[in-house]
Amino acid sequence: MPLDIERLRADFPVLSQEVNGVPLNYLDSGATSHKPLQVLDAERRFYETHNAAVHRGAHTLAGEATEAFESARDRVATFVGAKPNEIVWTSNATAALNLLAYSFSNASIGQGRAGTERFRLTKGDEIVVTELEHHANLIPWQELAARTGATLRYIGVDDDGRLRMDQAREVIGERTKILAFAHVSNVIGAINPVAELVARARAVGALVVLDACQSAPHMSLNFAALDVDFAVISGHKMLGPLGIGVLYGRGELLDAMPPFLTGGSMITSVTMEQAEYLPSPARFEAGTQPVAQAVGLAAAVDYLDGLGMDSVHERDAQLGQALARGLASIDGIRLLGPPPGEARVGLASFTVDGVHPHDVGQFLDELGIAVRVGHHCAEPLHRRLGVAASTRASASVYTTDAEVTALIDGVSQVREFFRAEGASAVQKQLFGGHAPSSP
Amino acid sequence: MALDDFRNLYQELLIDHSRERHGFGLRENPSAESHQRNRSCGDELTLHVHVGDGVIDAVTWDGQGCSISQASASMLSDLAAGATAAQISDIVAAFRTMLHSRGKDEGSEELLGDAISLSGVSKYPPRVNCAMLAWVALEVALGQLPDWAPPQAQTDTGSRTIPSRSSR
Repeated sequence: MPLDIERLRADFPVLSQEVNGVPLNYLDSGATSHKPLQVLDAERRFYETHNAAVHRGAHTLAGEATEAFESARDRVATFVGAKPNEIVWTSNATAALNLLAYSFSNASIGQGRAGTERFRLTKGDEIVVTELEHHANLIPWQELAARTGATLRYIGVDDDGRLRMDQAREVIGERTKILAFAHVSNVIGAINPVAELVARARAVGALVVLDACQSAPHMSLNFAALDVDFAVISGHKMLGPLGIGVLYGRGELLDAMPPFLTGGSMITSVTMEQAEYLPSPARFEAGTQPVAQAVGLAAAVDYLDGLGMDSVHERDAQLGQALARGLASIDGIRLLGPPPGEARVGLASFTVDGVHPHDVGQFLDELGIAVRVGHHCAEPLHRRLGVAASTRASASVYTTDAEVTALIDGVSQVREFFRAEGASAVQKQLFGGHAPSSP
Repeated sequence: MALDDFRNLYQELLIDHSRERHGFGLRENPSAESHQRNRSCGDELTLHVHVGDGVIDAVTWDGQGCSISQASASMLSDLAAGATAAQISDIVAAFRTMLHSRGKDEGSEELLGDAISLSGVSKYPPRVNCAMLAWVALEVALGQLPDWAPPQAQTDTGSRTIPSRSSR
């Protein structure tokens, strides 16, 4: 069933405001999505009725808080096709990827017990990423390589940002211990061929890490079916609260991995000399946990499931095509990534000939249109595509067709306003009929 | 209100300078040079200063950036030519004060010339770094020259100095 956008927008009060005296057109959901009342209420209700530290204390509220926390884990596990003990709460996706890298690092210096060999990296081993990664799925691996003596290699992309699968078959080889890649690019919105990459990694016995931050908000996910070893998602990009992320790991792997952050709540016994650790997920959840945020994230996946992830996906693909088509049709605009007609999520980045993205963003903001400008934490991809920075518009379930039209209209006027070379010489009547002028 | 701010931000003069880019293209054999990077967006700018006989002969620059950073470098190039150490120090101080005033200081045209058209930037704090980029580069470059170092060079603009690739 198609989404009833007008109706669901009532759940997002933040959207019905004006900025700069005009209605807000929020097209920056790829950076962070807004959160429906159902999520805000779930968080608030937790604080109002249960608030307590989890997994400790014998009192009633502590029991209720623990129940809420673990129910949230069950809920999110179901959403991504995992078992509850395969879901580790983290503060965000970056923290989840760093958890992995530091756990492997600890294994590499001999920490942990039997079974950690498969996480050990040494000189001669290789970690493979791609050229389109968000920095969060690049730098932790650079650092891990530097700490262990392993080599970091990458799969390049072509001029449209497609992964070079010919290179993938060559780069992923017998020395590959870890393959880490994004399900969906946060810059170009392209959907990477997970099955093919996983098959190649399986053939050489490499562990697979999937960055699902930009796919989880837009499509139904099943990590077990995708056959990845690890995956990360970001709560705040999928209608959930800030401050919560998830590391998914196959149960037997998580139980064998040495911990990263250590401290309270993750041990079975402690002496003055050493400690024994709980199995997953507790062994990775040291210290006080983001309980209200977990409860909020569970409410967010309830909300998404209520809409139906198939409907969400269908609408999102439609918005992606509308953005791509609209932007590609404007003179002087370069759409990055897949051309219109090729699969992409509801996200599109572009450059404007002769106008810097910061100026584009400022101009659009004046029209009430919120977009992201810069390199979107993917500097190597921008370098590969031959641009320093870009402007990105990204959609969510609440994005309207009118917002996409407003963006296309706005972008059509940018080059004239900044008098970019080749822009129409006729100054359009902008901003109530007055071109900006000196006071 | 917001619309007025926006018009005041992108004044005609600013867009003129961003297109004309006075001083664009590095003149060789500078007395000093500086390379600056805007941490918030990655824009880079290299600036050469030529001094002689107690005044700045020329400020030239190279770099890509937003219209504000390009216009600002262009205006600085105009202002700096012919300035003494004391004059340029006053000009830079006045410019910095204007940009950090959040709209309260419209700037002295006598000191700042065309650069008062950047006064609107002060209402957009994230863009102050864009406007300051070339000016910080000039301060850093002059700081390397005896008799030209400003009394207390400030580099609190979010940009950072990258060591000169060659010292001349």
